[in-house]
Amino acid sequence: MTDISADTATVDETAKVETPFQRFRSEFFESWIATGALFLLGLIIILALLAPYITPQNPYDLGQVDVLDGRLPPGSEAFTGYTMWLGSDGSGRDLYSAILYGLRISLAVGVASGMIALVVGMAVGLVAAYAGGRVENVIMRLVDLQLSFPASLVALMLVAILGKGIENIILALVVAQWAYYARTVRGTALVERRKEYVEAAQCLGLSRTRVVFRHILPNCLAPLIVVGTVQTAHAISLEATLSFLGVGLPQTEPSLGVLIANGFEYMLSGRYWISVFPGIALLLTVVSINLVGDHLRDVLNPRLKK
Amino acid sequence: MSAFVIRRLLQAFLVMALMSVIVFFGVNVIGDPVYMLVSPDADQAELEAAIARLGLDRPIWEQYLLFLQGALRGDLGNSFIFGEPALKLIFHHMPATLELAFSALFLSVVIGIPLGLYAGLYPDNPISKGIMAGSILGFSLPTFWVGLMLIMVFAVELGWLPSTGRGDTATFLGIESSLFTADGLSHLFLPALNLALLKISLAVRLTRAGVREAMGQDYVKFARAKGLSTRRIIFVHVLKNIMIPVVTVMGLEFGSLIGFSVVTETIFAWPGMGKLLIDAILQLDRPVVVAYLMIIVLFFVIINLIVDILYSILDPRVRLQDQGA
Repeated sequence: MTDISADTATVDETAKVETPFQRFRSEFFESWIATGALFLLGLIIILALLAPYITPQNPYDLGQVDVLDGRLPPGSEAFTGYTMWLGSDGSGRDLYSAILYGLRISLAVGVASGMIALVVGMAVGLVAAYAGGRVENVIMRLVDLQLSFPASLVALMLVAILGKGIENIILALVVAQWAYYARTVRGTALVERRKEYVEAAQCLGLSRTRVVFRHILPNCLAPLIVVGTVQTAHAISLEATLSFLGVGLPQTEPSLGVLIANGFEYMLSGRYWISVFPGIALLLTVVSINLVGDHLRDVLNPRLKK
Repeated sequence: MSAFVIRRLLQAFLVMALMSVIVFFGVNVIGDPVYMLVSPDADQAELEAAIARLGLDRPIWEQYLLFLQGALRGDLGNSFIFGEPALKLIFHHMPATLELAFSALFLSVVIGIPLGLYAGLYPDNPISKGIMAGSILGFSLPTFWVGLMLIMVFAVELGWLPSTGRGDTATFLGIESSLFTADGLSHLFLPALNLALLKISLAVRLTRAGVREAMGQDYVKFARAKGLSTRRIIFVHVLKNIMIPVVTVMGLEFGSLIGFSVVTETIFAWPGMGKLLIDAILQLDRPVVVAYLMIIVLFFVIINLIVDILYSILDPRVRLQDQGA
């Protein structure tokens, strides 16, 4: 008898000191792969944000670029004196600078399209779950229809129709992705809706919007965060693919995909670095986001808990 | 059952009609193809003649009706660049794409299933962990980047395989394909591997999950108790049972292989439909873009229709649920 009370006492104590966020944090950092990936991702984001301050040249300021520096192998010295550790591309841009500037564009496009798709998909999914009936039927048919095509094909079709340009790419990525969010939110919201706390909120006479946004939505956030991370990585990789094919971003918005495409013509003559280094930057970004997302799924999903 | 099929057929028609409107009006809003096709020093009269010849002077809804009329007769207009019927161009490029997609499917089954089997049988073995890590990479690496690396390593650095083109073709049993010549096969290998990579990862994961589940089942325990050899249990009893879902999913993925081939074909200069599409987009060759998109939508609608019907035969709950809704 005394043993049991002692036990409950210790349990209560740990529950007091550990908030849900702290528990989440300690569980997340249990995996050294995910921790490493998060660290790498943070580093990539910081490098991209600080690009103008930590690069030797602005690769798109024509006054700072010299064609004579073109196609230099990694480690050569530029005409203006600094060392090009990653070499230079066909028009004499320092690749290290070009990659950091390219990362900014790639990340911006990926995150912007991911966020917009999240908001659109979340709204549509919540409406479907809460309205039910015919509205839900129509919306979910539309979602099913779209998900029967691969996202890359949907994006490619839209780009074929809309043409190049940064707004068009973001629009294409949003349309290609909203359905994943809508399905996730609707699935979770349907489960949450039937729970007692929603009933309690309704009994208190709270308005519909308040119940949906203040009570149901916060409880749908965990799966949304997981889908959001993985989809953002997907968006970045999709944008790079479209840009590589020449139907994505124009030369004036040189994302990593555009840089890789520019280097492709030099690859067959053995000048590998022009394509390979931007490619490695893209790869590290996508893989680190995926690893973080994968681990978030394990930590946030109560069904997978031991 | 027949009500279900009819309902699904009607839905499929609705999707096609909807897509034709979206695709046609969408594509016609892109730039002005006249300036791409008529030489810059053409005078006004030549310009107007070209516009009239291409039918670009009519109102857009009239162009759409003409397009729809033609589409029903299997005529989606002539390519601005080649002057040939767009559909004919696509069908001309289709065998190369199908060949690539089938080879990729074959590679993913032949490579993916044995690896998945191994990883499922010995889950704690370091080789299995390596296989699973590889499959995560296979999912996250962009296809085009892997294609570039394959070209760089095998074509440029090692010089073992050609990097571009389709190679010699030969005719066998009435099918012209590069599968039947050594040169053709050497051209086919890299693009097929590139296209297969994602599906190899998928096959590994599906097979591994299936094997791990099957190994704990009663029929395996019973087979063991009967004194059958491990080899016989794995290759006859387990493999037979897990092959059904794996093969079904891989078959379903065939459509996405055709879609993804756009990327692979562009990198390896493989003369298929995907490369045709990218070239058409870059040259603003609207009829070819429209025709490709319509064909690919039709392709997916048919695949989904077959899948839905097959599922409703295999699992009656699907069509009952549909009626309830």
